[in-house]
Amino acid sequence: MRKLQTVMGMTLGFILLSQVFALPAFAQDGGPTDDDVNVIARELYCPVCENIPLDVCPTQACEQWRATIREKLVLGWSDDQIKDYFVDQYGPRVLAEPPAEGFNALVYILPPVLFAIGAFILFMVMRAWKVEPPTPKGKGVTVESEDPYIAQLEQELRRRDE
Amino acid sequence: MVANIGYYVLVLTFLASLYGAGAAAYGALKRKPEFVESGRYAMLLTWPLLTIASAAIIWLLATGHYEIGFVASVTSNSMPTYLKVTALWGGQEGSLVFWAWLMAAFTSAASLRKWDRDRELLPWFIMVTMITLAFFLSLVVFFENPFARLWLSADGQQVTAMLQPTGAVPLNPPDGRGLNPLLRHPGMIIHPPALYLGFVAYVIPYAFAMAALITRRSDDRWIRITRRWTLVAWIFLSLGLILGGRWAYDVLGWGGYWGWDPVEIAALLPWLAGTAFLHSVMVQEKRGMLKHWNVVLIILTYALVLFGTFLSRSGVLSSVHAFAKSAIGPMFFVFIGVTFIVSLSLLINRWEMLKGENFLTSVFSREALFLLNNFLFMGILAVSFWGVIFPLISELVTGQKITVGPPFYERANGPLGLGLLILMAIAPLSAYASSTWKTIGRALWKPALVSLLVPITLYFGGIHNPTALLGYTAASLVAFVTLYEFWRGVMARRRQHGENLPLALWRLVGRNPRRYGGYIIHLGVVLMAFGIIGIEVYQTETQATLSKGEQVTLGRYVMTYDDIAVFDTNDGRNVARAVVSVYQDGKLVDELYPRKDYYYDSQQAVTIPGTRSTLADDFYVILVGLDPDSQSDATFKVYHNPLVNLIWIGGVVFSIGTIVAVWVISGRRRANKTPSASKSTRT
Repeated sequence: MRKLQTVMGMTLGFILLSQVFALPAFAQDGGPTDDDVNVIARELYCPVCENIPLDVCPTQACEQWRATIREKLVLGWSDDQIKDYFVDQYGPRVLAEPPAEGFNALVYILPPVLFAIGAFILFMVMRAWKVEPPTPKGKGVTVESEDPYIAQLEQELRRRDE
Repeated sequence: MVANIGYYVLVLTFLASLYGAGAAAYGALKRKPEFVESGRYAMLLTWPLLTIASAAIIWLLATGHYEIGFVASVTSNSMPTYLKVTALWGGQEGSLVFWAWLMAAFTSAASLRKWDRDRELLPWFIMVTMITLAFFLSLVVFFENPFARLWLSADGQQVTAMLQPTGAVPLNPPDGRGLNPLLRHPGMIIHPPALYLGFVAYVIPYAFAMAALITRRSDDRWIRITRRWTLVAWIFLSLGLILGGRWAYDVLGWGGYWGWDPVEIAALLPWLAGTAFLHSVMVQEKRGMLKHWNVVLIILTYALVLFGTFLSRSGVLSSVHAFAKSAIGPMFFVFIGVTFIVSLSLLINRWEMLKGENFLTSVFSREALFLLNNFLFMGILAVSFWGVIFPLISELVTGQKITVGPPFYERANGPLGLGLLILMAIAPLSAYASSTWKTIGRALWKPALVSLLVPITLYFGGIHNPTALLGYTAASLVAFVTLYEFWRGVMARRRQHGENLPLALWRLVGRNPRRYGGYIIHLGVVLMAFGIIGIEVYQTETQATLSKGEQVTLGRYVMTYDDIAVFDTNDGRNVARAVVSVYQDGKLVDELYPRKDYYYDSQQAVTIPGTRSTLADDFYVILVGLDPDSQSDATFKVYHNPLVNLIWIGGVVFSIGTIVAVWVISGRRRANKTPSASKSTRT
């Protein structure tokens, strides 16, 4: 009985493995290879599997998408045509990056603009800091340390910390 | 019973943290030290209380109390005990308690220091840390209760609640759903605690910074007190990121270690701010500059720690609508906003007090180069932050979801990373206040000349990719400059003290562990850079469906598919395990066993690659699937990952460097033994 249960468990497991795991479409002789499919698949994302490229996503839904890519390749579609097909069907989120148009163009515009503003601020800060000559003794004392005794104490404590 | 005790202990801890914050602040404002002390005792009470609550959760997890909603969601009968225990941080509720427990431990440890002349900081330190702790505890007490029970309501719905809803009957399932199989991996057991330790440790320097601002301390005392805490936070966060990468490489089955996933970036953001902080505090310590900036950086790091937790806990990443429905998402959002605004307001209020004590003497000085380093770190942070939040903004504005994937981040962050590498080569050769392009040029030309041999050798060795050549040249320059710095230091000690090489090296590092620990970290980064360039530029892959005995070729490797077995295991898995032989240049070099594990309890599958690892490369095989008709033909995806192991080795070197940098006490002891050694190195 136990053995029967084990066999049944293994059979069930194998069925589940077959159904739940990706079942790759097998390349036809002369047709597109898995690698041809993956070249396109790696630039696409299915709407269900967050942030997993299609070429490595193990779900059945993604396997069906890869099968669709294969079918389109057999029909002679170009890479761009296939990607456009998925965008038409599921929206721009299937692409690894949004098209640089409309509101989504902001994703590309803002970083260089911020970088330029940051560089300008950095330049201004550096220039402002160079206005006065350096203090002769390197690091100065703190605001609270204007009292010579306190300054001496602070310095000794700082040395102790180092 | 245990669940009730656990929950009421959580409530008590929440009240204790609120009392601690209030009493400490009241004591400071009214100059009543007994209230501050009372607040401190309340703070010290939080850790033992949270230990009891955590122990209660662990006991419920380990003993299979599936009537508790959290237990049923993350454990099952088939899971081994160690996984049931570590399931504490495998789900939302438990991980929030774990976060709070670590934080209570860190804040208690920090409060046990000798406060002496910093006593005025204590009440505000207690207030800031206890408010943060109270916030996290409020999440578990009111929204994500790990002790809530399962009930079957009158209308047949399964509900989770602490107290029995009207008309509901208790539900006690015989088994749980089990931990997500992807989390049943040694890397994932260590990775979250490491990240959390990094996260919570950053609360300490933030709390001291706020305390310094509140008490109008303009000196760098808060930085000196928290120097080691900052390094501890940084090493754990770094370790968490590296371990996360290793876990992804071992379990996710896509042949890589970093996918620019928002959850990965959530952990990277505070690391970037923290790394910038780690460099810029040195400028304040040495030159009394960048005081405003350091406070900004620690506020930013703290906010990003909260933001990272928020991103991974609120459901916001799957959709802004999921966020709106999430119980804790809006709470997080408000808390981050309030703490950020209050902290910045405090900084603005104290702006005049924090004026720098020195001026910039040269754009090639150490402080100027560190500022540039900070600029580049902030650039990477801004790009990564923007890439994470833009899909959410886009969904809000246009109603359409979009993906911002790896190409965006790699294109923007690649050049910034290269800039950081170049700075890593130049900055160690600069001195505070006095360097010019001439002094740097004089120190740089020898290592620069040697490092030029690397791209030349690589070019004639067949590597012509400009990105790779540029990256390897920059990384080599960092390596040679760093080694040159060690060499100069050791030689100086040998001349002055007649020490042999190992002793001179030991004492050189021991005398200034922070500096030389930093250099070791740089060497770790160099190794990682070599590995990253290797796999990013030269990774190759192929996929093929094979019958037994057939083979697939990838570069110099040939893989033959020998056999496959499908079987059940005692821990509730159904395993499909292939056997493949790997040949390199026609010679059998290894036998690998890529497999797929299907977990019955959670009904999820995990891909475990078969990997042949050498220092030069990894041959990485994934079992993609089985042909249901033949029941033996199998599809394999095969990757060739050059130099990938340098990433992990670099991670180890990196960690060693950080440990050396924390090694202040030992270093001081050695310095006392050899006081005259101070002449041999630059400060």
